Amino acid sequence: MDRVLMKGNEALAEGAILAGCRGFFGYPITPSSEIAEYMARKMPKIGGVFVQAESELAAINMVYGGAATGARVMTASSGPGLSLKQEGISFIAEAELPCLIVNISRGGPGLGGIQPAQSDYFQATRGGGHGDYHTIVLAPSGSQEMMDFAIEAFELADKYRIPVMIMAEGTLGNLMEPIVMREPVLNKVDKPWAISGCQGRKPNIINTLHLGSEELENRNLHLANKYKLIQAQEKRAESYLVEDAELVVVAFGIMARIVKKAVVEARKRGIKAGLVRPITLWPFPDEDLRQAAEHARLFLSVEISMGQMIQDIQLALAGRVPVEFYGRIGFTPNPEEILQEIIRLAAREGL
Amino acid sequence: MAKGRVRLFPERCKACGLCIEFCPKDVLGFDEETINMLGYHPIKDLKPESCTGCAICAVVCPDLVIEVERV
Amino acid sequence: MKKVFQRPESLTEARNHYCPGCSHGIIHRLLAECMDEMNIREKTIGICPVGCSVLAYDYFNCDMLEAAHGRAPAIATAIKRLLPDRYLFTYQGDGDLASIGMAEIVHASARGEKITVIFVNNTLYGMTGGQMAPTTLLGQVTTTSPYGRKVENEGYPMKMAELLSSNEGSAYICRTAVNNPANINRTKRAIKKALQVQEKGLGFSMVEILSACPTNWGLSPVEALKWMENNMIPYYPLGEFKVKED
Repeated sequence: MDRVLMKGNEALAEGAILAGCRGFFGYPITPSSEIAEYMARKMPKIGGVFVQAESELAAINMVYGGAATGARVMTASSGPGLSLKQEGISFIAEAELPCLIVNISRGGPGLGGIQPAQSDYFQATRGGGHGDYHTIVLAPSGSQEMMDFAIEAFELADKYRIPVMIMAEGTLGNLMEPIVMREPVLNKVDKPWAISGCQGRKPNIINTLHLGSEELENRNLHLANKYKLIQAQEKRAESYLVEDAELVVVAFGIMARIVKKAVVEARKRGIKAGLVRPITLWPFPDEDLRQAAEHARLFLSVEISMGQMIQDIQLALAGRVPVEFYGRIGFTPNPEEILQEIIRLAAREGL
Repeated sequence: MAKGRVRLFPERCKACGLCIEFCPKDVLGFDEETINMLGYHPIKDLKPESCTGCAICAVVCPDLVIEVERV
Repeated sequence: MKKVFQRPESLTEARNHYCPGCSHGIIHRLLAECMDEMNIREKTIGICPVGCSVLAYDYFNCDMLEAAHGRAPAIATAIKRLLPDRYLFTYQGDGDLASIGMAEIVHASARGEKITVIFVNNTLYGMTGGQMAPTTLLGQVTTTSPYGRKVENEGYPMKMAELLSSNEGSAYICRTAVNNPANINRTKRAIKKALQVQEKGLGFSMVEILSACPTNWGLSPVEALKWMENNMIPYYPLGEFKVKED
């Protein structure tokens, strides 16, 4: 199979185009801007729409409008931009409009820095804006997955009528790797709810206002049921050397690749270490963690943050196995320092 | 002989009185004997014979209370 | 006898929720009449705002989308770009358009988006109970300017039609009022012209409509129209501010 060398951000953008994305609405922010730049070059050539919006608020509302027409549309941003987009994401989730939202994440809070980070985990996995809602969150760990997940994201978005987020560290956005190009998605999804002018049918209304108590509760119950269905069907994780693992490291995104190396090194030193890599951050793959907990005496969450995913691990394990944390921000932990942490914990626990 | 005729939908009327204010022939007034579903005294054609069918009443009505016919 | 006035097809039969004497009902009807006369109902998509007209999707008999506060022009932009042969209108109040949605409206105009904006200016936030808006007149008492709007504190009321007419992307900008039958008819002509400007693809179009809010002004519906004439029209002059010829 022929491979092409692509930067993560461009692989993601090309993946979206292959998925049939024909509308990109964005606002520049490092380290996500290359996605917008790629779309600005490509969209006019394929009959798509590219608009550089006046703000993140406008960009996400353009996504709201674009998705309402039934077209596959997306936006991409980074931490501070995602904070601004939360208003629109809440509306999109309530209106059940399929779209792709990309967070090429960097460190916060505030302006923070432009170093890769995973500290938007809470924002991404808890809905992020006002009200009871979730987005599906996919966390790729390389250029190939940047492309594959962009396609997958649009399919999931249409399947469940839900905004899907791809959260990838700035490292992945800039990382260049050889990838196999995917085929374009040709199947068209029927969207009878879309607004496109009411010729030959009754008018469609896209609305998020529910003034009556019963109506509001029913709406929320409907969404809650959908989220339960997604939790039942779409949890994804990659498990590595966990069958006999006594120390299970949990990490996602680029961090999981780094941890994998540390796990291999730990095994060479006789420590039964393993890795679980959540691929869907929401729904969180708690069953994979419980499975990995069979022989485990200790879990270790490694994150490029001050500790966020650790809460989901603790919820999944419900006290059965203790969970330790190792994380940095501003720096991405390297294999050697993770190995040292594994060795330290193994010695302490007598593993 | 009236040149025009108003057809009223009193259940839509909120008694704002704009039609009464602007009718050049004073055809319309409040129906003090009736209270509609919205709790208002709706409008009524008090002098139907004076209606010219100019439709000014309907033009200023915010609530689509009035249809107008003309000879 | 022949019918000379009846409900336009582009309005549903729903009874509106507006207060007695509120101008929204008139403005809805004028827009719907224009849609009927241009035969574009089935190709029109409307975006309603947050504010008194938040429920407008129940009243217009065409595809409708309810926006977040101030964001209607951004939403309309994306829909129009993806479906260029449809007619897009946003229906926005003065809090929505001139305050929280200032960036969206200015940039939609600057980009020359081929959409029509119906801007209803009644000098305050109606739905939330009569708070001060960017369009509140000097000296006007509202619930958040209880001693009257003062220049030192709140600055000057904003003139949106004038402001947006300075953008090259604006093809038609007009201010009208609905205080009497003649001005109501002028308003309808302006709305139609704005939709025709959109049809011809000339650029952004907006009709700012001075509108009465008897409830929050504390006046009767008839007094409210007189107040509009005596106070609003002198500060917000009526007329066309930008007309781009094809």
